[in-house]
Amino acid sequence: MVGHEIVEKQVLAPDVVSIRLRAPQIARVRKPGQFIILRISEGGERLPLTIADADPSAGTIRLIVQAVGKTTGQLASLEPGQAIRDVVGPLGRPTHLDSFGHAVCIGGGVGTAVVYPIAKALAELGNKVTAIIGGRTKDYVLLEQELSRFAQRVIPTTDDGSYGQKGFVTAALKDVLDSSPEPPVKAIYAVGPVPMMKAVSELTRPYGIYTVVSLNPIMVDGTGMCGGCRVTVDGQTRFACVDGPEFDGHLVDFDELTDRLTTYRQAEARAVQRYENHTCKLKDES
Amino acid sequence: MSSNTGRMTAKQRLAIERQKMPERSPDERAKDFNEVNLGFTAELAKLEATRCLQCKKPTCMDGCPVGVDIKKFLELVEDGDFLAAAALMRQTNSLPALTGRVCPQEIQCEAECVRGVKGEPVAVGHLERFIADYERAASEPVNVEVAPPTNKKVAIVGSGPAGLTAAADLARMGHDLTVFEAFHAPGGVLVYGIPEFRLPKKIVAAEIENLKKLGVKIELNTIIGRTYTLDELFENGFKAIFVANGAGLPVFLGVPGENHKGVYSANEYLTRVNLMGAYNFPNCDTPIMRGRQVAVMGGGNVAMDSVRTAKRLGAEKATIVYRRSEREMPARIEEVHHARDEGIIFEMLTNPIRILGDENGWVCGMECLHMELGEPDESGRRRPVPIEGSNFTMDTDVVVVAVGARANPLLSGATPDLKINKWGYIEVDENLQTSIPGVFAGGDIVRGSATVILAMGDGRQAAQSIDNYLKDG
Repeated sequence: MVGHEIVEKQVLAPDVVSIRLRAPQIARVRKPGQFIILRISEGGERLPLTIADADPSAGTIRLIVQAVGKTTGQLASLEPGQAIRDVVGPLGRPTHLDSFGHAVCIGGGVGTAVVYPIAKALAELGNKVTAIIGGRTKDYVLLEQELSRFAQRVIPTTDDGSYGQKGFVTAALKDVLDSSPEPPVKAIYAVGPVPMMKAVSELTRPYGIYTVVSLNPIMVDGTGMCGGCRVTVDGQTRFACVDGPEFDGHLVDFDELTDRLTTYRQAEARAVQRYENHTCKLKDES
Repeated sequence: MSSNTGRMTAKQRLAIERQKMPERSPDERAKDFNEVNLGFTAELAKLEATRCLQCKKPTCMDGCPVGVDIKKFLELVEDGDFLAAAALMRQTNSLPALTGRVCPQEIQCEAECVRGVKGEPVAVGHLERFIADYERAASEPVNVEVAPPTNKKVAIVGSGPAGLTAAADLARMGHDLTVFEAFHAPGGVLVYGIPEFRLPKKIVAAEIENLKKLGVKIELNTIIGRTYTLDELFENGFKAIFVANGAGLPVFLGVPGENHKGVYSANEYLTRVNLMGAYNFPNCDTPIMRGRQVAVMGGGNVAMDSVRTAKRLGAEKATIVYRRSEREMPARIEEVHHARDEGIIFEMLTNPIRILGDENGWVCGMECLHMELGEPDESGRRRPVPIEGSNFTMDTDVVVVAVGARANPLLSGATPDLKINKWGYIEVDENLQTSIPGVFAGGDIVRGSATVILAMGDGRQAAQSIDNYLKDG
């Protein structure tokens, strides 16, 4: 088989899947916070995805994908036994981990997949871990059970109140910070949509708590060569692929990142429409 | 037998003018990505080779970074013994189809040609290209001699011109070669950087097939410094390593507005088009912004490749913006001529000081200053000095920055023992060995931004050094 075989697939939410695929060397050396870039097939685009978990003995890595565009849609439709042509990694700097005493890990939607390995590693270092995981609805509150295996507390929130606390993760975070927890919170890791990471960073700024966010800018090579993933951090241009993807949330220019992420919106819409037409036709024919 | 019987006299040779490279018309070629130059015919090639005076002390060879025996080569071409010429070429240059297309011959072999003193030098580059293409089309490719296997494993980091050259030479010396490439396709700058219209991908692919026939293994999607460390390569049985992973991080201008949507580094712009096939979107998945008015900053080959790419993507106006004058532009002369023929606009002595964005964050123009040339700077070129109050605005909807690169920190960052200089480039001794025994380096990661042929020269030298190292070891 050419490429990396998918050995397991789980549907986590209507458009969110977890896949395990064969990538033995990456499984062996990757660290929390690192990502891979994959290309499904010839002519495909290079898609960066954070490694959610790895099983070095089985030689597999786990990716969690939300179908939002053509490539992610195509990826989510793959089944065990099928293969991904190209997978390269691990890329990016590993998460800065330490013994903080108490850390809060916040995941929004599929961002929970990124924060999950960080939370696990923090717990292994002996930290108390509080996890706050948000979703639009109950379906999008991910990995609650997995997190509760090592997190002292898991707080689910939903925008519509269909599960857990109603509202955004920031409200739950404020409650935690204001409850004078023991030991005190010394680090916060937030991964999710840009507005969420921005809101968390704004919330924690007055508390002066170290806040780490994992950025997802547009990227091509992932090795520092193209500069497409440049972000402004503390007034400096940094490349998310080699300097990140994690940065101090208090120093990130989120508005610029939000804006740059819209660069290919029209092109993406065109690609999705074409893909859907094509797959519909295939369905009609079968 | 004397090969000189019936040969022309010097006077007859001098009477022949340099043959022009047949090329597609500017109108036709600026609309697609197919190759601009069409190549010499056999007749043109023989005629052009006849212009060589067969000097007793040929100086052309001094100008060649890989030391091709140009005099003998030209004699074989003149005789029409094209496959022998190809075999001779391959003794010193493993990638002639590439160098024939991308070498800056005008500052190398052709600069040293005695015929250039009065008139035009022999078109060595065009002939090199002709011979390589002739060989590729021939039913029986030239056989290269391969030494018996040494069973010594050598790793090459990067499959660009330096890596491919070293791999070819070392494989012929009988070593067991593996080339590691970060991208999903081999070739490095030859596939992500240099456009199809200057260097067709099928030519690079053919050279890589030749390498595979020599037994060279190519591992794609593998980043040394991430997927494997240098130590792990040694643990996996490699006896020597050649690091040729290229330059890396693009330099931006450092002016306000550079992160507006529509500002690209040349690396990103060219990679999207060349490697990812963005010109073919949505048949390929990678998109690119097709500007109506594209401004490219810089005066080197990468800038020329970018601006001519913009034209082919449909730009009505594609402009080179360069802070010095045309004399100082480091691009190959042929590229500048081709660009001009294709309707590229040259805004010389112009420097952007701010990139302007509209209310939605899209690039809509550049504020520039006119420059004048002052005293020579450390590069020996006259320093551009801003003319006060000369500010003007240039409309543009895509900006491509092609002003060079910095060292990529991926491998050096993961290898603390690897000595680098203050700019982050790897330090090497006269044999291209780094501070780590058995680890050699060359190409842009040592030189900074240079050329394909200089990288190939390093690859060639490193191969020799590695062969010596393995014999001693």
